[in-house]
Amino acid sequence: MSNDDRSNDQSSRSASRRGFLRAAAAATALGAPALHSLLRPGTAWAQAGETLTIAYNVSPPSWDPNTGPSSVSPGLSSIFRSIYDPYIVQREDLSLAPGVCDQFAWNADKSAITLRVRKGVTWHDGRALTPADVAWNLNRLSTLPAPLQSIFASIKNVKVAGDNVSFDVTPWRANMLERLTFLGCYLLPPHYYEKVGKEGFEKAPMGSGPYMIDQFERGSFLRLKAYKGYWCGAPAFDTVVFKFATDAATRIAEIERGSSDLALDMPWEEFDRLRTRPGLAGVAHPTTDIAMIFLHNVGVMADPNVRKAAAHAIDKKLIVDRIQRGYAKPIDTLLAPQYKGYDASIAVAYDPKLAAELLAKSGFSRDKPVEFTIQTTRGYKPKDYETVQAIVEMWRRVGIKANIEVYEIAKHFELRTQHKLAPAAFYNWGNATADPESSLGSAMFSKSPHTSWKGGETDAALSALFIEKDEAKRMAGYKALNRTIAENAYILPLFQFYQPVVYKTSITFKPHLAGFILPQSIGRAGR
Amino acid sequence: MSAAALLRRLLLAIPTLFGVAVVVFVLLRVVPGDPIAMMVPGEATPEDVARLRASYGLDKSIVVQFGLYLGQLARGDFGVSISLKQEVLGLVLGRLPATLELAGVAITLALVCGFALALAAIFWRGSWIESAVDALNSVALAIPEFLWAMLLILAFAVLLPLFPISGRIDPMRATEFTTQFYLLESLARGEFALARELLGHLALPAASLALPLTAVIARVLKASLQEVMVQDYILLARVKGFSDLRILTREALPNALLPTITLTGVHFIFLVGGTVLVELIFAYPGIGNMLYGAASNRDLPLIQGVTLVFALLFILLNIAIELTYSLANPRLRR
Repeated sequence: MSNDDRSNDQSSRSASRRGFLRAAAAATALGAPALHSLLRPGTAWAQAGETLTIAYNVSPPSWDPNTGPSSVSPGLSSIFRSIYDPYIVQREDLSLAPGVCDQFAWNADKSAITLRVRKGVTWHDGRALTPADVAWNLNRLSTLPAPLQSIFASIKNVKVAGDNVSFDVTPWRANMLERLTFLGCYLLPPHYYEKVGKEGFEKAPMGSGPYMIDQFERGSFLRLKAYKGYWCGAPAFDTVVFKFATDAATRIAEIERGSSDLALDMPWEEFDRLRTRPGLAGVAHPTTDIAMIFLHNVGVMADPNVRKAAAHAIDKKLIVDRIQRGYAKPIDTLLAPQYKGYDASIAVAYDPKLAAELLAKSGFSRDKPVEFTIQTTRGYKPKDYETVQAIVEMWRRVGIKANIEVYEIAKHFELRTQHKLAPAAFYNWGNATADPESSLGSAMFSKSPHTSWKGGETDAALSALFIEKDEAKRMAGYKALNRTIAENAYILPLFQFYQPVVYKTSITFKPHLAGFILPQSIGRAGR
Repeated sequence: MSAAALLRRLLLAIPTLFGVAVVVFVLLRVVPGDPIAMMVPGEATPEDVARLRASYGLDKSIVVQFGLYLGQLARGDFGVSISLKQEVLGLVLGRLPATLELAGVAITLALVCGFALALAAIFWRGSWIESAVDALNSVALAIPEFLWAMLLILAFAVLLPLFPISGRIDPMRATEFTTQFYLLESLARGEFALARELLGHLALPAASLALPLTAVIARVLKASLQEVMVQDYILLARVKGFSDLRILTREALPNALLPTITLTGVHFIFLVGGTVLVELIFAYPGIGNMLYGAASNRDLPLIQGVTLVFALLFILLNIAIELTYSLANPRLRR
């Protein structure tokens, strides 16, 4: 090869390289806008205005809301309440309100409940929702193999008389009316369900709620169309899209880009960043979930001094301020302020000096600490592991050496059901009925598969309260028991969780204490 | 690969799948997590727990459960999902096409980009382009798929809103599909606007999966090409006056393909496995997304079903790779 040839070759390669780079630059310059214009329709729905798009974190596993995992997932209530009606409506503050049943009451001796079925309610196929339909649903509920069957098995002797449906509650369940508002208690159309069967209903579900299912892409999105014949009036948005974004980063991207109108559950740092952006607003509101530490009265936890010291050594306000960025409320009882039976006078002071004195009475000190294991999840709830780390450090300062054991939430459930949790275990407890029976009762009654504490004193008190029909006495009893639990540190309540919601300023959003995002309650700002 | 060899490979798949079924079944019963404990709410009683356990057959011994499971499998029955309350096989087959389309687009993207990068690096070897390709490969390999997913969302869906963030199709589109192969079906029906939209949804998840594989392909192909380019027959081609481009693409490339095919095949299997997290991040309704949900709910029949289908897929992919390899290598054709 001659020098000229090499030179030509070099020149040709150089020219080719320049050409390649030029072509690449030109392609990028021309291609990006072209791509942008081609793919832009992907975001057009968010600007349509008639559609409400929600970046949501839970996807319904099945469409029968009254059985299987669907019937016990509070997160699914936002979707189920859009499609199905409960018997009774639960307001944003958890109080009961007329719904499909516009009147509801216990009888005088509280042995039976009577529901009056509202006139003019129709199923999505336009057929009237009748008292017989309600009775069919109650009968189904009482016999359906479902996770809450033992509760609903109390529904007996269902009768229809005119517009009224009545049933006995045997054995007595204090919160039966509250139970009829959500989990596992949605009305299904008997005529349709019996016609299409279980499989047919899964493929094409029908209810009487404000929205009808238009399209469902499992694991991806759910599109709903407003039901014009809804008894409570048509909702503000004709179309609602739930985009199922399990990952918080995806929900953040959805709201930040504007392709969703509302997103929930994100790290507080992101919430603070997003809510100040133009066109977005944010609300952090209390929910019915509380963070707490289960104590198992075995080994050192049988010693009241150790338990009380553990309680007094925790600076809940500091945890809330520093770890939860102020978006939580410290609590000292299993009942949050919005629950029935809440007693604001019950308080467990942060007092590390007292904690050290209590430990000293049992022969423990910083030099000779009491030692036990605390179990926690990592990432199941916001900052769960960090919270436990902070608590362990607070305990260390007074003479408690706690060893952290991280486990999956599935392991927690398994151990809890078997009553094999460690002496201390971090968990969250939800109670969307707002009745103390659902929180204090289930968490502290030793026969429940969900309790860690096994105590004769609490069992006796709860056994009496479970059958107490006088509401004033029942609430007084729960307050007294709550005080006993707090004073003896049978369990360590920490704080009430808040739920972060970021939404466009073009819509209005009203928080629900149970954490529901109900599209029918969302409106357009300025209208 | 001869027909007998192919048949032998297919028959070997049966004991392999049996082994997978045994391992998965035993592992799921040994690792912590009780699906019933996950399901029951606070107010459930021990009786509720016992009744539900019996209704799903979980009250029987592991040996009895496994015997029943094998009997079901022999009848082609994968059982019923605990959380979704539907036949497992139907659920898995319903979701598989979405994952196959995602993996197909990702591998195509990886092959095109990987080949382009390797050829460019060799064509302009010693120049800054080669250095840039090497640097790009290092970055692409250093970052895992799920992190690529986050970065791509931030860059091309939020800052520069070119592509949709989540899903497989625009939720506002009312299109009925006959099959679950949306992209292939839209192309077959000549609905190119729909195909473009579907590709838009696939772009970011496919790119997240493709980037690390692109780097692998580019590196291996570049190394193979470097070895081939110093062979005597390449020198002969130069002497004959063939252009550099022709020498590279027609003379060197065919001989450099074999190691690339082998490695691409192996990494493609990892790519399919990597769809779990990527599908989750992009809310893409594939089999990986379903597996995550099943694992979260300890839905034992569904986890078993998805794992078996994944295993079958891997076996078939391995056979396909061997077939491709024998086609590309003349010495193996006999």
